[in-house]
Amino acid sequence: MNDMSGKPQYRVVGTRPVRPDGIDKVTGKAVFSADHFVAGMIYGAILRSPHAHARIRSIDTSKAAALPGVKAVVTGADFPALKSMEVDLGEGGGDIVDMSVNCMARDKVFYDGHAVAAVAATSASIAAEALELITVDYEVLPHVTDLAAAMADDAPVLHARMRTKGLDTPSDKPTNVSMRFVMEKGDVAAGLARAKVVARGSFSSAPVHQGYLEPQACTVAYNSDGQVQIWASSQGAFMIRTVTAQVLNLPIADIRVTPLEIGGGFGGKTVIYLEPVAVLLSKKSGRPVRLAMSRSDVFRATGPAPGTICDVAIGCDENGIITGAEVTFSGSAGAFPGSGTHPAAVCSLAPYKIPDYRIVGHDVVTNMACTAAYRSPGAPPIIFAVESIVDELAGKLGMDPIDLRLRNAIQEGDPSPSGVPFGPIGLKEMLEAAKVHPHWSEPLEANQGRGIAAGYWPNFGGQSTASVSLTDDGTVIVTTGSPDIGGSRASMAMMAAEVIGLPYDSVRATVADTSSIGYSMLTGGSRTTFATGKAVVEATEKVVDGLKARAASIWGVDAGAVEWAGGEARCTAQDKEGTLSVRELCGKGGPISAEATVNPPDPGPGIAVQIVDVEVDPDTGTVTVLRVTALQDVGRAIHPSYVEGQMQGGVVQGIGWALNEGYVFNAKGQLDNAGFLDYRIPVASDLPMISTVMIEVPWPSHPFGVKGVGEAPICPPMGAVANAVSAATGVRMHHLPMSPDRILTEVAAAQ
Amino acid sequence: MQKILVSTTVNGETCEFACEPDTSLLDALRTELRLTGSKEGCGSGDCGACTISLDGEMVCSCLVLAAEAQGRTIGTVEGIAEGSALHPLQTRFLEHAALQCGFCTPGFLVAAKSLLEKNPDPTETEIRYWLAGNLCRCTGYDKIIRAVQHAAADLRQERTGA
Ligand code: FES
Ligand code: FES
Repeated sequence: MNDMSGKPQYRVVGTRPVRPDGIDKVTGKAVFSADHFVAGMIYGAILRSPHAHARIRSIDTSKAAALPGVKAVVTGADFPALKSMEVDLGEGGGDIVDMSVNCMARDKVFYDGHAVAAVAATSASIAAEALELITVDYEVLPHVTDLAAAMADDAPVLHARMRTKGLDTPSDKPTNVSMRFVMEKGDVAAGLARAKVVARGSFSSAPVHQGYLEPQACTVAYNSDGQVQIWASSQGAFMIRTVTAQVLNLPIADIRVTPLEIGGGFGGKTVIYLEPVAVLLSKKSGRPVRLAMSRSDVFRATGPAPGTICDVAIGCDENGIITGAEVTFSGSAGAFPGSGTHPAAVCSLAPYKIPDYRIVGHDVVTNMACTAAYRSPGAPPIIFAVESIVDELAGKLGMDPIDLRLRNAIQEGDPSPSGVPFGPIGLKEMLEAAKVHPHWSEPLEANQGRGIAAGYWPNFGGQSTASVSLTDDGTVIVTTGSPDIGGSRASMAMMAAEVIGLPYDSVRATVADTSSIGYSMLTGGSRTTFATGKAVVEATEKVVDGLKARAASIWGVDAGAVEWAGGEARCTAQDKEGTLSVRELCGKGGPISAEATVNPPDPGPGIAVQIVDVEVDPDTGTVTVLRVTALQDVGRAIHPSYVEGQMQGGVVQGIGWALNEGYVFNAKGQLDNAGFLDYRIPVASDLPMISTVMIEVPWPSHPFGVKGVGEAPICPPMGAVANAVSAATGVRMHHLPMSPDRILTEVAAAQ
Repeated sequence: MQKILVSTTVNGETCEFACEPDTSLLDALRTELRLTGSKEGCGSGDCGACTISLDGEMVCSCLVLAAEAQGRTIGTVEGIAEGSALHPLQTRFLEHAALQCGFCTPGFLVAAKSLLEKNPDPTETEIRYWLAGNLCRCTGYDKIIRAVQHAAADLRQERTGA
């Protein structure tokens, strides 16, 4: 399979076929979460708190329950009491009690939009009317939505029992700081003291939302025998099953979750909000129940990414070799702990070889919806701060920012943040490619600036199951339990086709419900093409072994005398010759199938570099993005178009994070911009084409060399845009989003 | 609430449905007619996932009352292909991987079709501005714009070449 250069030659991997679910999606036939209808279905609706922080004295649902057409009413009192227990969902997770309270408030509400009661009625309008008949008696409490304010000594405390974990000297004082996490190597003071030049700065960022286009929705049918069917879109049908079972104390096998098409997730659909509520509504009403969020529910009540504060100091010698670095940051977790402190710390300095460093992170609860994963959860705003300081350092040294990064870039064999040496990692290759890219030397005009930044995300492995079965006519069915959130069915089919030696068109890929395939961790951590891909390859190899064994028995030879190539068995025994195709083999003795479960501990890292050009209007502070070149070490691109798509999508989300997006709370702690009009994500007219450069440094523990590609591309854009804005204005930017007013303020302050 | 009986033409076929006075056309299409291709991403006119054509004009169906559809002509994503023959926009969206999750796709297809009907040879900037009311969170728009450019060329060729 290798050509002269040693690069493997593939038939299918690396081509760009049409995805299996494509036609459904361009003709309107694809069934997303709110598109599923069940006979007899009724409509649920949720009453949400208007207060950011309040005690619930009482809830009176009697009038709602009496409204004709209302079939069920649910409040926190209907949920079982649970014992505190950590649930690891792969990307994200947390305490099961918090997850339950997040689905439906008990004695307190913790944010504007927190669910307090739910109804189900024969029509959506009756359900909406019923919500208005529910009276909740609130005792409004002081609230805190601002991260720095939440850390202050006199801040209103959300959870009376919270004490900061990870303090050198434990404190018994109630606090909003749930955790302090320290990661260090060597002696940071000595490292910074050795430096010839030190750059430092304080940065901050507003909370942002994943902004998936499809609001959360589900349909649930609870049967009188306790069997529960859930149809929903999410990043993990198994995740829905586990958490719903735990929140409601149900046997796991009684719940069957069918994954529907998912309209974007980006990490935001790695947690649940509606399903347990819908199960209770269905149980009480005896009817299937559809529960769906509105866009404002999505913004108010589903996980944003944390707001952050971050101080960075990095020092280097006169040659630009970094001697030491210190990063201290905090992230607002929202109502319950979990702002991605650990991954943020791990990623913050990962691209560079730094002998002495200290990273300290804090996880802080605030009266905002509980944060959820968002593409490289925790890391991007911290990387923005670090990459801004690296840029500042280059400026102080008068050195090209690519050269400075090249001098310090990690490469294979250098210790990774976990201490384990990095495997093959293409950071230097990317920086070299960026340096010679025409973009880097294109002349700029007045008020224009160019910025570059790198970004790292470790990626996940995790458990995945795949089944591969052949049909009588010799076609292949690949089934996994990994929801397809951006084209993974195509890459699964391609990998199977490559292994078995058949054309892509002979393979069908589907995603099964939780009762039809073995457990698979959710789609997140950029793990699916890597880990689920490995499971598909292993299952396909088992099928090939089965085909070879059958050929051997047909020919009456040893299995060792059968070779598999070009999609057929070939007899290599001396006295015999012949070939048998998949179809012929399946026709003799029935179809063959196999399953494989993997749990690879060694995913390839995600690393990306981006160059961004901007123009800043000096009068209005408005930033126009002129040109973007996104480079990424993708390991091996199975379907290059969808890899490019991940890169382009990540860049553009990052541009939104950099320039427009951010939660705005009013004085009452209510989210003031809970809609796409006021929470402005990038639109087509804001942007240029996004050029991509895929660098392939294959990862050895994946059969084709895949490295997860979904998350790394959102790590560099904020730093790259900020560095470009700073180059254009001559002023360092310290806050995201870099809205026009903010830019004018920072420029004025600097003058 | 008394329901209103509406008769209308959807994708070339006459049909009737009953709706409440405050039902949106999007809800009626999705719930009464089970044409769930049009999506609700916001319900407030900000995302374009519900884009349909109404008497040939592109509109957000979440902002139109179902009762207003009386006697009018509606086109949705389900009507873009002719039978099983895909429209060049659909083909090019597939070839260019112009969809990741596909939730925004129906709205983009209807909006792009409406653009190409009015302007067969749009510049990149014209495409970007015409589609600025359609949000896509997955793709960064690059591949969508390219797919529309290619489909526009296909349609021009169909018109002149055939
Ligand atoms: S649903 Fe109509 S514009 Fe968003
Ligand atoms: S493809 Fe997901 S929103 Fe456009």
